[in-house]
Amino acid sequence: MTDKAQQLQGDVRPVRRVLRLPRVFSSPFGASALFVARQLLRFALLLVAVSIVAFVLVSVSPIDPVQANVGQAAYLNMSEAKREQLVQYWGSGTPIWERYGAWAQAILHGDWGTSLRFNAPVPDVLAPRLASSLALMTSAWLLSGVLGVVLGIVAAVWRDRWPDRLIKGYCFVLASTPTFWLGLVFLVVFAVWLGWFPLGFSVPIGVSASEVTLAQSIHHLVLPALTLSVVGVANIALHTREKAVDVLQSDYVRQARTRGESTPSIVMRHGLRNLALPALTLQCASISEIFGGSVLVEQVFSYPGLGQAAVTAGLGGDAPLLVAIAVLSAAIVFVGNLAANILYGVIDPRIRTRRSSLRVLRRGELLAEEAGERRPDA
Amino acid sequence: MPELPAPVSQPTAPAPQAAAPVSQPTVPAPQAAAPASPSGAVLHSPLRRRLPNRRLALVLFVVMLSLLAAVVCAGIALAPTATATDFSQKNLSPGLGHLFGTDWMGRDMFARTTAGLATSVLVGLLAAGASACIALVLGMVAALGGKKADGVVLWLVDLVMGIPHILLILLISFALGKGFWGVAVGVALTHWTSLARVVRAEVIQCRQAPYVALARRLGRGPLDVAARHMLPAVLPQFLVGLILLFPHAILHEAAITFLGFGLPPELPAIGSILSEAVTYLSSGMWWLALLPGVALLAAVLLFDRAGACLRSLIDPYRAQE
Repeated sequence: MTDKAQQLQGDVRPVRRVLRLPRVFSSPFGASALFVARQLLRFALLLVAVSIVAFVLVSVSPIDPVQANVGQAAYLNMSEAKREQLVQYWGSGTPIWERYGAWAQAILHGDWGTSLRFNAPVPDVLAPRLASSLALMTSAWLLSGVLGVVLGIVAAVWRDRWPDRLIKGYCFVLASTPTFWLGLVFLVVFAVWLGWFPLGFSVPIGVSASEVTLAQSIHHLVLPALTLSVVGVANIALHTREKAVDVLQSDYVRQARTRGESTPSIVMRHGLRNLALPALTLQCASISEIFGGSVLVEQVFSYPGLGQAAVTAGLGGDAPLLVAIAVLSAAIVFVGNLAANILYGVIDPRIRTRRSSLRVLRRGELLAEEAGERRPDA
Repeated sequence: MPELPAPVSQPTAPAPQAAAPVSQPTVPAPQAAAPASPSGAVLHSPLRRRLPNRRLALVLFVVMLSLLAAVVCAGIALAPTATATDFSQKNLSPGLGHLFGTDWMGRDMFARTTAGLATSVLVGLLAAGASACIALVLGMVAALGGKKADGVVLWLVDLVMGIPHILLILLISFALGKGFWGVAVGVALTHWTSLARVVRAEVIQCRQAPYVALARRLGRGPLDVAARHMLPAVLPQFLVGLILLFPHAILHEAAITFLGFGLPPELPAIGSILSEAVTYLSSGMWWLALLPGVALLAAVLLFDRAGACLRSLIDPYRAQE
């Protein structure tokens, strides 16, 4: 063991003494068990906190759910008894903690409650929306990842020449572009002027749900997914560019060049291998942004997904639905971040061999933070 | 970082120059004196004289900030025009009389856009400022308040980052009954996380510095040390972080207003202009959405570049770029 490694061990030891882990955890398997246990605990804690925060926020709102959902005229003409009944239905009379207690108790029994706005069980409301949202987000995620890596590599290969300037300029402009505005522009250009794509929704109007073909769904998905991925490219392209510049200046690439390897071959053999994993990590960490962007994009394209449901629920004061969406989104983001953290250990085995899950987390968080810097509005 | 227009005109072999900028100081003397000499007597002198990097960055920074200030002033001055309706002049496409065209109520879109931009910038400034204060306090508390405080703050950061920003702002704005305060507080409460981390890291680094240890030994209290020795050290990073918060804040404000949870429709704001424009898009009134969006994009880009300039000016790690 080198001096440096010993020094690092020395850094870690006091932490171990405080934790007093049972012997099992010092085996490699035990370490990952500890990691999993800790992540599960974090996950549970986060979900509880998110549900409480969401519940309190929805409950303290001065917006009266009854008045928000019943039209002004209807509300004025309503009998006192009817109003009372509606207040009961929307639960705006009972105190927060009682409602949260009831909600939490029901959740433990697997009951997500009833959406007040849609008048259906929350899972029934969310399941189809989750599916279409996931289709949207996954395609945007893949597209922006691939596009970003390609653009980043192109920029790095032609560093400081016009392709690089063009790509960097594009990224900086896009990083400042409001997602929803870009969606509107796409809508004007591709749907109104060119007429290539439908104006909105995830299925054609006037066709029953069972008759919708896959091609039709994809046709409706293209514009929203394109908007979302075009915006998401900036971050990953800039990061890949930085990394690729490093790789292309490395000794092994120089050696490959002296051997007579062509640039495409160098990029394929030495570049991609080194760049794919960091890019993947970054993409995983950016799931929160993609989710945020999807809220806006879904609203612009009237695409019935989670984001649109959140906006509808918020405008209508539908607490159970809003809380469920908040918890669901937090779970999705958590899984993305966890994947990024684990991948970071895969990229850099030095972290893994140290068996310190804490450190892995720190590095992953740092990376996620860098990632968060570039994409402002999601 | 591409903020500065790169010096394109290098008379001799630009490639090695770009690869190794360090080699420049080897011939320092003739550089300053040489005017543009096309004969190439002095190999390293640029053809065109240009401002030094730092001065250029400073000039750009000042120009950008004054541009933004001008927009705000113009917006406030144009506010009455922005709401004035003229039904004889409705649905006009952009032209000389109305630069950005007019809407379905005959309001001049240029005035509306400028006024909306001013509102957006002001809300963004307010929210970003408040957010930065939260970040400063929490970052300091995390770094100086012991292990437990650190754990709590880091967990809070995790929590806020765990929910997608848009959704959290939407929830907070809803809790406050929407409107101006809803969106301002929402943006302020969600944007502090990364800056708080930066402050925390800086303070932890600073805490181990010899001069801080010395001040402690000399009997200074913790608050005194924080205010006198740590604040000045953290301030540059903090200022840069603050300026870079503006674009985020402005974009989020516009997004939330667009979704209907932000500024009320009677206030001119880019978000509400765009959300109203949605209805008229299918009838071909493209200017209602396109031009206000471009204006917002330009304002955000200005802030972003101004932040980058400031960073290259005062961040010691990037000052050489």
